Amino acid sequence: MAVVEEKHQQDNPLVEGLERRPVHPTTMVIFGGTGDLAHRKLLPAIYNLAHEGALPERFNLIAVSRSEMSDDEFRKGARDSIKQYSRREPDEQVLEKMLEQVRYVSGTFDDDSVFDRLEEDLDQFDRDAEITFNRIFYLSTAPSFFGLIVEKLGEHGLGKHEDAEVRVVIEKPFGTRESEAKALNRQVLKVLKESQVYRIDHYLGKETVQNVLAFRFANGMFEPIWNRNFIDYVQITAAEDMGIGRRAEYYDSSGALRDLVQNHMLQLLTLLCMEPPVTFDADEVRDEKVKVLHAVAPPSEDEVVRARFTAGMAEGKEAVGYLDEEGVPDDSTTETYVALRLEVDNWRWAGVPIYLRTGKRLARKVTEIAVTLKPVPHLAFKAEGSVGVQPNQLILTVQPNEGVSLSLGAKIPGSQMRIRPVNMEFLYGTSFLSQSPEAYERLIMDAMRGDPTLFTRNDEVEAQWRIIDPILESWEKGKNPVAEYAAGTQGPKEADSILMPGHRWRAI
Amino acid sequence: MPDAAATWSGEDVAPGDVEEALRHLLQEQYARDGAHAPARVLNLVVVIDREWRGEVMNRLEQVGRYHASRTILCTVEPRRETIDASVLMTVDGDGARDDVALMRERVVLTVGEKHLPKLDTIVDPLVVTDLQTLVWSPHGHPEAVDALLHLAQVVLVDSVNEPDAAAALRRAKELSDDAYVVDLAWLRSTPWRERVAATFDPPRLRDDLLRIDSVTIRHHPTSRAAGVLFFGWLSSRLGWRPGTLMEANGASRGTAHGPRDDIALTLEPESEQAVPGLAGVEIHTSSGTSISLDRGPGGLVACRRDRKGKEQRWTVLGASRGEGGILGEGIRQALLRDPTYAGALGCGEALLR
Repeated sequence: MAVVEEKHQQDNPLVEGLERRPVHPTTMVIFGGTGDLAHRKLLPAIYNLAHEGALPERFNLIAVSRSEMSDDEFRKGARDSIKQYSRREPDEQVLEKMLEQVRYVSGTFDDDSVFDRLEEDLDQFDRDAEITFNRIFYLSTAPSFFGLIVEKLGEHGLGKHEDAEVRVVIEKPFGTRESEAKALNRQVLKVLKESQVYRIDHYLGKETVQNVLAFRFANGMFEPIWNRNFIDYVQITAAEDMGIGRRAEYYDSSGALRDLVQNHMLQLLTLLCMEPPVTFDADEVRDEKVKVLHAVAPPSEDEVVRARFTAGMAEGKEAVGYLDEEGVPDDSTTETYVALRLEVDNWRWAGVPIYLRTGKRLARKVTEIAVTLKPVPHLAFKAEGSVGVQPNQLILTVQPNEGVSLSLGAKIPGSQMRIRPVNMEFLYGTSFLSQSPEAYERLIMDAMRGDPTLFTRNDEVEAQWRIIDPILESWEKGKNPVAEYAAGTQGPKEADSILMPGHRWRAI
Repeated sequence: MPDAAATWSGEDVAPGDVEEALRHLLQEQYARDGAHAPARVLNLVVVIDREWRGEVMNRLEQVGRYHASRTILCTVEPRRETIDASVLMTVDGDGARDDVALMRERVVLTVGEKHLPKLDTIVDPLVVTDLQTLVWSPHGHPEAVDALLHLAQVVLVDSVNEPDAAAALRRAKELSDDAYVVDLAWLRSTPWRERVAATFDPPRLRDDLLRIDSVTIRHHPTSRAAGVLFFGWLSSRLGWRPGTLMEANGASRGTAHGPRDDIALTLEPESEQAVPGLAGVEIHTSSGTSISLDRGPGGLVACRRDRKGKEQRWTVLGASRGEGGILGEGIRQALLRDPTYAGALGCGEALLR
């Protein structure tokens, strides 16, 4: 019996076997609560968690934004957004009960009275429930407000809460240059401990991205070949067939390099190249990712190509060029396409070129990692009469059809020994019974649970910028003139210039 | 509704004919559209009485995204001598650009009772090799389940379907010697178990687990087994030694012996509850506090009472999964393993001895 008593003091014996572990009661505050991200993604994600019974036993939500409105007016807007964007038809009773626990605070983020009222509402929730709620502050605002909001939280004593956890989720982009990212880190870490900061890159919340880790570390057959001895080169592609829609203001100040390479694509690179962590604890995983980034030198000028799309045909329709997109300045030099060659200079990867490319208005929407193995050292078969033996390629497709494809050489039926490549394909969608939750659902729950594994650490974000910053600097000096490619194509022909001899881009 | 379907049917067939038909239909589908990929994750073998075929098929339709990839429905006609079969290969989605259309296969066999003791020899050629196979026989037919046990890794049961809770738990225990048992009665109580676990999760409240002195569970009149499993779960997790539940005036009462004190257990049927499963849970501690959970709009209504009698009430959000959702969850659980069910089952069975 003493053993049982001791166990009770150590851990909760009732949680064993439960798929969902208890999460401490939480009040979540969304700064920018009336913004696009909140309405399209965050509120529907929170509703879906409520629907599934996944939210903490007690949960409150406070939205903070500039627009003047009452609690009820905000609730009405939230209800409409959830109905429009939720991945499932909302249950009226669940939605109603969830909205009962929602408050709204209006005002600008530099106004101290906003934080006074916020504090009042937070304390009121604690008093009413007679418990101390954990607090999650979700910064879903323009990036220029991130530092200010954290500073104000600190000034108002909201950076900590006795007997409870305070965590701050910060949306991307985390800075637009290395110096900015470092300054923001300094500003944030004056108020908060690193363990309280959750820099979000929603890409990591996708099941598909996490499957890259499962693929590498749950399958022993690939580990022996996962190195410079067997791998010739790697291509990571994030291609979109769409233009910029109505995001001209954001996109023109960002460009493809900041929009996708600095965060999402470098994340894919680290997951692909990292060493197996000892455990899947947050810091073990992130330590390994950071090591990869440290081993990557910024590319030189001739290892980078930037371009923008011109008029062409996309999805069977005429598409205007980037400069003719609504809201894009005539003198814009923003790139809608970037390709670069990197190298992870460590024992495992030295000498293996890693090509990254991303672009808007390309031929097709696809995100994939293509690993090309070295050719066989000696070929006993004649190549005539067929395309011959090609190096094996392993393709990890992240979207739209998540899967793994391996190209193998196979004999063409007939009397002669002629070889052609065939694909062995596996699609994750065919093999699992359940639908993936939205990335934001996963990440919001992780933040509430206090699991930062899928969030970016301060040194990681700085290491990403250390690679990207010199490229931006060189572009500011007019290096790498902006090339062009017609909408709906494979991208600029100049991209070939960064390929090593014998390498070629995979068709998008 | 599926967007595309291919069918085959035959009378007085051998299992090999059905297996051949499956292969041909698959080739035809590929020839029509290479994007049609067979979902390969789980075989589901269902044994049902002929007259309930429509209802069971409707239930399977409602499980939505949790469909097994190959479902083999064995419909039983009492005096049938021969086997009839039909195969339906359906494709979800319209195979639009960039979409993979998932194919699912459904085989309907009409068999006689005489086939049941050797049903494995009929079903064996039809299951996809190397996939987990789940057997579900909602109308009894234990001889069919026994025959299929060596093919199956998982058996789906619903302990509330058996009028005698003791017999239901005994049978589940027998089956668990040979296969992993997924019990829908257990799955219906998941939100309740999660909430009770959450209640005692704050470290300052964890010691209250040792002070629990009474637990009352209300349940749908047919769901006594679900209530017993809940007691079994508490007993096995908290180290209680279960006594015997005795029935009196419609309710069951008993005692479990805890590390410190005895715990009074009460099981009460709730005639107003419309759906199977639990209706309410109330837990008292010797320090005078209590927690209760009851069904309410938008989730479970929780009520905490402190030792001075002051109450706190709130709603733990969550939508009802419905019976379709529960069956879907049962199918999904076939790929998972819950290490706590066996302990709950063992203690639950002991309570009914």
